[in-house]
Amino acid sequence: MKKDIILGGVWGQGILSIAAVIGYASINMGWYIKQAEVHGMSQRGGDVQSNLRISDQEIYSDLIPQGKADLIIAVEPMESLRYLPLLAPDGWLITNSEPFVNIPNYPDLEKIHAEIRSFPRHVLVEADKMAKEINASKSANMIILGASSPFIGIEFDKLENAIRAIFGKKGDTVIQNNLNALNLGREFALKNM
Amino acid sequence: MQKVMLLGDEAIAQGAIDAGISGIYAYPGTPSTEITEYVEHSREAKEKNIRAFWAANEKTAVEGAIGMAYAGKRTMACMKHVGLNVAADAFINSAITGTNGGMIVVSADDPSMHSSQNEQDSRFYGKFSLLPILEPTNQQEAYDMVHYGFELSERYHLPVLMRITTRLAHSRSGVVRSASREQNPVKLPEDLRQYVLLPALARKRYKSLLAAQYDLIEEGEKSPYNNYIDGADKKLGIITFGIAFNYLMENYPDRVVPYPVLKVSQYPAPRRMIEKLCKECDEIIVFEEGAPMIEELLRGYLNNSLKIKGRLDGTLPRDGELNPNLVGAALGLTIAETVEMPAIVVGRPPSLCSGCSHIDTYIALNEAMLPYGKGRVFADIGCYTLGALAPYDAINSCVDMGASITMAKGAADAGLRPSVGVIGDSTFTHSGMTGLLDAINDNTTMTVVILDNSITAMTGGQKSAATGKVKEICLGLGIDPEHCHIIKPLRKNHEENVAIFKKEIEYEGVSVIIPTRECIVSLDKRMREKHKEKKGAE
Repeated sequence: MKKDIILGGVWGQGILSIAAVIGYASINMGWYIKQAEVHGMSQRGGDVQSNLRISDQEIYSDLIPQGKADLIIAVEPMESLRYLPLLAPDGWLITNSEPFVNIPNYPDLEKIHAEIRSFPRHVLVEADKMAKEINASKSANMIILGASSPFIGIEFDKLENAIRAIFGKKGDTVIQNNLNALNLGREFALKNM
Repeated sequence: MQKVMLLGDEAIAQGAIDAGISGIYAYPGTPSTEITEYVEHSREAKEKNIRAFWAANEKTAVEGAIGMAYAGKRTMACMKHVGLNVAADAFINSAITGTNGGMIVVSADDPSMHSSQNEQDSRFYGKFSLLPILEPTNQQEAYDMVHYGFELSERYHLPVLMRITTRLAHSRSGVVRSASREQNPVKLPEDLRQYVLLPALARKRYKSLLAAQYDLIEEGEKSPYNNYIDGADKKLGIITFGIAFNYLMENYPDRVVPYPVLKVSQYPAPRRMIEKLCKECDEIIVFEEGAPMIEELLRGYLNNSLKIKGRLDGTLPRDGELNPNLVGAALGLTIAETVEMPAIVVGRPPSLCSGCSHIDTYIALNEAMLPYGKGRVFADIGCYTLGALAPYDAINSCVDMGASITMAKGAADAGLRPSVGVIGDSTFTHSGMTGLLDAINDNTTMTVVILDNSITAMTGGQKSAATGKVKEICLGLGIDPEHCHIIKPLRKNHEENVAIFKKEIEYEGVSVIIPTRECIVSLDKRMREKHKEKKGAE
């Protein structure tokens, strides 16, 4: 078993929390993991990505080779498209549909959505809206993770346990919000994939 | 033992804690910052009373480490590659003094310049100083090599250089810790003249450093981190250095490379192993993450009969970091075909945060400079370098730490009027103060703008050596108090700030303006922590 995942978004959108949950679940199963992050000046307000690799065999490269990623998980629609050259021919694209506009020349959102829809294996999820509907507006990233969960190759309850462990210090409400978001995202993906 | 998830940087830090360091000295710089940050925030390090100190610059950091090692303790100094230029005087001479307690200098290189001004390869400093270099392949090696490096350092009484690159520094993986070691007691060097580099003494010490080279090559030969992995097909022999090994293995999914492979992570590079590979194989390919340092050595100045492939013959790009695809293509393997990035995707360059004090400063400075035209503002290294981009387009240089002030002086000497330097508070105490002293002593007509946001912001908010003392430092250097102003960069103060800029730009002599307002990210973080504390107290 091996999954290579590109996480994409904009600085401050919480892609590293998604990585942390998947990472925790993987380590707990005794798997190998590598997770390359972006730090420093390049991140401030700019696009950020993380290469997350999990496997039951030893992993060598910190970077995913071009055309070999199994999944792109993005919390921002335009950012999901930025990493398409890394995606394998049978890979899946899971992304938030709601844009983060901090540049003057952000493209027409309809065209971005059309581009994503033209890709055969995608899940386009209104994560911010869905998170608000369950009063968990800070958990949009867990909706995206939930929507990605059918493709990650980790049993769902292991992801739930990882959320309990990682958000443990933040109290029961935060844990429950994140669990609800995770479940909602998963249901959406299962219905729309 | 349970694996802990650590960045390469953090693995080095945990390794240093477990190997019994008594102190770590650093100046923040991507991709090295997280090493010292990890020790700074480690509960274990606190309990063990390990000193984690953000020095004013890399030179003072390395000197602090030299002093701690003089007193018999194990110590580490950390910096980014260009920081080693700043520390070079101390570092090179530390090879001549040698060390008493174990000492490791970590230099984190940034090939492809993700967050840097150049992509120089720190291994040249290892060769230059004649010190051994360790270049870990992965996070576990990074952890283990710290223990190993301190033993090596104490065995030879020499500092050891550890060289890492961005991808290892900023990638997480599971690391298994080994037993932790007690700290060394304070113990003076046996020879109390060991560190006195008077010429007569330095000559002797240099000879003993040269004599140690034979043994250091032998260390490389038998190092557990340098491995000769045989392969049946001798048409090609492969040498990898550091993390290049990972990219090689990535190209062989069953983890069997058909050719002999020499994996090198310790320098001086193992001469006999390289000789064996070159004798056995028809062609050699060299994978180095960084400059073609060993490739050039193997090739020889006159290109001897060996067939060497690598960065110098175009098999690999001459610049930039390696990756699995580049290595695969160099080996003639088929690279997966992929789709292109859709044309609709536009760039999202980094930008100053909303509410950042630098924005207000640049808007005011731009207005004050408007009558003189562009091209007269020398800047420096920090978040404020983003002022070079739209919509500000406010600055014209970013060269090295402190160069804003000294370049402004040189340009003013050349007759440029006005000549303005823009520098951050932490960069000012790093390398700007001496330049300002030059300008004051020479009564140069120029204006220095010191952006004081009370933190080293770009690297994620480390303590700045300048906090609370920028104006006092300027006054101490001899600036005329009439021409040294603190202003508050806020939109509501815009007119007033523009007037001060205008007046001082016209002044014949050195003037200093210090826009002072806390970094918005650090303010936000501080407020959240305060809120949490308040909540906890209730």
